[in-house]
Amino acid sequence: MLQSLADLATYRWLHLTPGTRPGEAVNFFLYDITKVFLLLATVIYVVTLLRTFFPVERTRRLLSGKRELWGNMAAALLGIVTPFCSCSAVPMFIGFIESGIPLGVTFSFLISSPMVNEVALVLLLGLFGWSIAGMYILSGVIIAVLAGYVIGKLHLEKEVEEYVYNLKVRAGIVPEYSWADRHAYAWSYVKDILRRVWPYVTAGIGLGAFIHGYAPAEFLAGYAGRGNFLAVPLAVAIGVPLYSNAAGIIPVVSVLLEKGVSLGTALAFMMAVTALSLPEMIILRKVLKPRLIMLFIGILTVSIITVGYLFNLLVA
Amino acid sequence: MVIKILGTGCPNCQHLEARTREVLRELGVTAEVILVKDVPAILAYGVMATPALVINEKVRAIGIPSKGKIAAFVRGELFSEAQTVNKN
Repeated sequence: MLQSLADLATYRWLHLTPGTRPGEAVNFFLYDITKVFLLLATVIYVVTLLRTFFPVERTRRLLSGKRELWGNMAAALLGIVTPFCSCSAVPMFIGFIESGIPLGVTFSFLISSPMVNEVALVLLLGLFGWSIAGMYILSGVIIAVLAGYVIGKLHLEKEVEEYVYNLKVRAGIVPEYSWADRHAYAWSYVKDILRRVWPYVTAGIGLGAFIHGYAPAEFLAGYAGRGNFLAVPLAVAIGVPLYSNAAGIIPVVSVLLEKGVSLGTALAFMMAVTALSLPEMIILRKVLKPRLIMLFIGILTVSIITVGYLFNLLVA
Repeated sequence: MVIKILGTGCPNCQHLEARTREVLRELGVTAEVILVKDVPAILAYGVMATPALVINEKVRAIGIPSKGKIAAFVRGELFSEAQTVNKN
């Protein structure tokens, strides 16, 4: 249906000819932009509605009785549905530790939350389909579970700033929501996100459409295709110091793919940009000693590189 | 009335502060708006996800409520303030 709308607009209203370069580019742009914005609105609405059922305090209670491994898995999954912005990282971290949630389980939560990002999910879904979007979630969850489990096994409790253990957290508050509240919250969040990301998404899709219509494909294949073994670590090395939101980076990723960069490499690049950010590390420095921060960055970097290789291996 | 915005100063916290001040202006209510950025102080309210809205020491919302909601909280608080005055 979206395709016929895009066809109608391109070939009837704009009088472009099918099969020509401007025709193909405009058609691709109109189709992609409608699809992505519809998906963005729908998925963000559903995810936000779901999130009203998992406020941080409830997640904390759900996790407080959990042991390692099962706890890591629960934390990684809850990390996806618990509303959380990086600026809440410190109070949340203290709240978790104080209520007896193991350090490794807390890390699983801290990792999966930015790693599995709903905007990224939507764009992957819209631009590449279900299987890749599913693999993105799965690999994010696996990284969160493994990294948290390893950090737990290393017994790094001493590497957390001492004051964290001495703070008292008052019994937390679980906000009460009616269905009307949930709807209002989800809807205002959709508007909020769309207002913030639309320029990036539009610019990215515009660029993608231009390349789709004009540039030769496989341009980057020689440098960052599946044949180049160093492409994945290189992509991660470039991605770590860059800091951007998922909305800004995905259109770029889709352009990279179009030019012949392999999927694993592109995905590793995206995860490095969104999950490993300097501002978040600076915030976490308030509760973690430098050694643990370095270890955290190291474990994440290695896991992301592994996922990159894995995808390059699995997706031909 | 004392309104506190709990948050470490991120964009969402600034958003909540701006929205709260807007509601106060529209209602014509004068209130003291204080930003609480100190983490132990935030935790003392039982709040782990920021931003949060505290009116007269009661945690009213976590996240960013709609303008209508904030206005309802402020009106409710005005009402209970008036009742306490009447009792005295």
